[in-house]
Amino acid sequence: MSEPITSIKTFTSVWIALLILTGTTVGVAYLNLGAFSVVVVIVIATIKSLLVALFFMEVRYSPAITKVVIIAGILWLLIMLLLSLTDFASRSWSLGL
Amino acid sequence: MATAVQPVEPTNYLNADYGIKSWLLTTDHKRIAMLYLISITFFFWIGGLFAMLVRLELLTPAGDLMQADTYNKVFTMHGVTMVFFFLIPSVPAVLGNFLVPLMIGAKDLAFPRINLLSWYIYVAAGCLWLYTIVNGGVDTGWTFYTPLSTAFSNTHVITGALSVFIAGFSSIFTGLNFIVTIHRMRAPGMTWQRLPLFLWANYAAAVIMVLGTPVLAVTLLLVALERAFNIGVFNPQLGGDPLLFQHLFWFYSHPAVYIMILPGMGVISEIVACFSRKRIFGYNLVALASIAIAVLGFLVWAHHMFVAGISLYAALVFSLLSFFVAIPSAIKVFNWTATMYKGSIRFDTPMLYALGFIGLFTIGGLTGLFLACLGVDVHVHDTYFIIAHFHYIMVGGMVMAYMGGLHFWWPKISGKLYPEAWAKLSAMFVFFGFNLTFFPQFVLGYMGMPRRYQSYPPEFQVLNVLSTAGASILAVGYVLPMIYFLWSLRYGQNAGPNPWNAAGLEWKTASPPPTFNFDVTPVVNWEAYNYDELDKPQEVPLAS
Amino acid sequence: MQASQTAAHELRHHFADMDQQRETASFGMWIFLVTELMFFGGLFLAYLVYRFLYPTAFLEGSRHMNINLGALNTAVLICSSLTMVLAVRCAKTNQRKLTVIFLLVTMLLGLAFMGVKAIEYHEHWVAREVPGPAFQFEGTDPRHTQIFFSLYFAMTGLHALHMIIGCGMVLFLMMNAWRGLYNSEYYNPIEIGGLYWHFVDIVWIWLFPLLYLISHQHV
Repeated sequence: MSEPITSIKTFTSVWIALLILTGTTVGVAYLNLGAFSVVVVIVIATIKSLLVALFFMEVRYSPAITKVVIIAGILWLLIMLLLSLTDFASRSWSLGL
Repeated sequence: MATAVQPVEPTNYLNADYGIKSWLLTTDHKRIAMLYLISITFFFWIGGLFAMLVRLELLTPAGDLMQADTYNKVFTMHGVTMVFFFLIPSVPAVLGNFLVPLMIGAKDLAFPRINLLSWYIYVAAGCLWLYTIVNGGVDTGWTFYTPLSTAFSNTHVITGALSVFIAGFSSIFTGLNFIVTIHRMRAPGMTWQRLPLFLWANYAAAVIMVLGTPVLAVTLLLVALERAFNIGVFNPQLGGDPLLFQHLFWFYSHPAVYIMILPGMGVISEIVACFSRKRIFGYNLVALASIAIAVLGFLVWAHHMFVAGISLYAALVFSLLSFFVAIPSAIKVFNWTATMYKGSIRFDTPMLYALGFIGLFTIGGLTGLFLACLGVDVHVHDTYFIIAHFHYIMVGGMVMAYMGGLHFWWPKISGKLYPEAWAKLSAMFVFFGFNLTFFPQFVLGYMGMPRRYQSYPPEFQVLNVLSTAGASILAVGYVLPMIYFLWSLRYGQNAGPNPWNAAGLEWKTASPPPTFNFDVTPVVNWEAYNYDELDKPQEVPLAS
Repeated sequence: MQASQTAAHELRHHFADMDQQRETASFGMWIFLVTELMFFGGLFLAYLVYRFLYPTAFLEGSRHMNINLGALNTAVLICSSLTMVLAVRCAKTNQRKLTVIFLLVTMLLGLAFMGVKAIEYHEHWVAREVPGPAFQFEGTDPRHTQIFFSLYFAMTGLHALHMIIGCGMVLFLMMNAWRGLYNSEYYNPIEIGGLYWHFVDIVWIWLFPLLYLISHQHV
């Protein structure tokens, strides 16, 4: 097999990191960060997703085409979310004519 | 000379095994393609029946053939049947399934059992849709707009929406299969740039299927849930936004039109190359244009919503993006034309359909640019102009490409030749009938006749009568091939492996192909569309 | 040799060799996961739009989520992902019994997740937070909070459906592992099953903060 076998130590380290990050994100919810709390949530969730993908799903050993597929999927999701938001976010803007 | 021996019919995918079980449990991509051919042809006639009812109603200005509610159901069922149960599967599920492994030199698709599953899912969806029709149908339009569909319609929206939901998974599995197959199962030497453009086009369409269809699925699921359990996401009484539905719906349904047209464009590339005896002009650009259409097609969906209530700023963004998506389509039209320039043109039936496609798709596509223009769209949205626009692309374009492809590959699929004279005659009926049906609709729409209305002002009648007359002629053009294709199965001339002397791996194996496609895995060391090689005069030995 | 006999037995006719079969199967699963991403994505769009339009309603709805059970479930899923990768690893290293045990624990953790979800759903039902005619909510914007709850049930419901399918799949893999089907030459089914399982975990990694943690700062 081409891929090396990841060690148990690596897996458990990632597992502990995920649990710590979960605790962090729960703790942050009790702080008053206003709009910034959304940013924190997204950053933590992104890191957790990356850890699961790279280490548990072994994307770091996957062929390039797999990484292209993943990036394309995320990109398309972002296209759908952001381009739709151009409508909802700009509805209240005045015409400025 | 020995006495004539009865030739043993070689084993091919059609006679390899007999009995209904061998067909219903097959994993051979060619047999599955035939299963699809039969099913989608069935739904084509159902959709056509509803079209005929629409056109009959519109012969007279008054709504006198049926009640208004019934008319709503009729055009809805025409739309849903034609879009989801005919057009979306047509070229990919029939021609794609048959040809993709052959064209890349593989023994089958990557996941043959998932291929069969995808057909069963389609059939299940079709049965649920038939059940919906028989029980009174749906009246929301194929677009299922909320809150009509979720709250106010009294028709079978849930089963209708669920049948489309299920059909979506058939499409997703087909797309998944194509992408993985084209990436992983190419024969040695078959590089990406040696692929026939039919494969680039189907690959691009498969990417759209995989990325877009799930969004439609979840949206229709939400509609069904909202209607069944009153959990309001689109319900304005709860502060839901009907436009959210439209964003979600069109995020798939606009790229869906490219799912429908791209494989057709792939067919045209193959036909134009063969009947001009030339490599497609600008191969790389045509391949890239397929990918560009797939990508750009995802960025323009809100042009269906210009007058629905989206913000002006969003409308401007989507209008601009919609202009861009025309560019790769135009590139293809220019390249097909350039291919024909100084080519050795033959006007066999497939080429007639291809030429018809190029002209009619251009008209349909150009009118799309008119619609991308905000000012024009405000005037013609929800009129017959729109109907003419998309029928020019879908029928004048896509269905003609499908017919052209069926004729081109019929010898390979069946081992028989269809009768050329009848085929040419049918193509004439189709072309003439099509234009008579739909060109008047551009005029009607511009003059203000709304779509989805069963009655109209009397001054529109003449054009409507012309349109209905055209539809009858068009119908003849579709009935004739059904008859002569079936006739050819029994009485047609044997085709031989390559009756068109066409390029492509599929023509290097027998007609019909054996179950495992190739006796020996081909090793490809020539470029695609090597017509200069194929047309080299054969060396004639001077002595026997 | 025993291992390669098993492998040869599994090679499907249209593939040239096991490597091609394995890579193709993995690639297929990744494409499928992208479709799942877009499938959930539609719901995320709905969530995004309504949270943008009605932030207070969403805030108040989120405060009625059971943050302890949600956090517990997140931890349960993370643990199940660990046991899943360990199952794959044991298959790769020819440890049949441990493979079965890790798959079993994965499935049990998945069932535990569903049990906790059932408790939560029941709590919401009792508190009249299930959308529909029985919905009743004391807040500044109950109409829009009902949308929040609609999305909550749709998103977690769809996620739970995927968990159920996942548990069934893990059970199937476990039975095959028990029969000795997987080893260092042939472990691909567990690997791609793992991909699906981790994806469902990643969906929950996003659902949890977006639904439960909008803000728990007590005013």
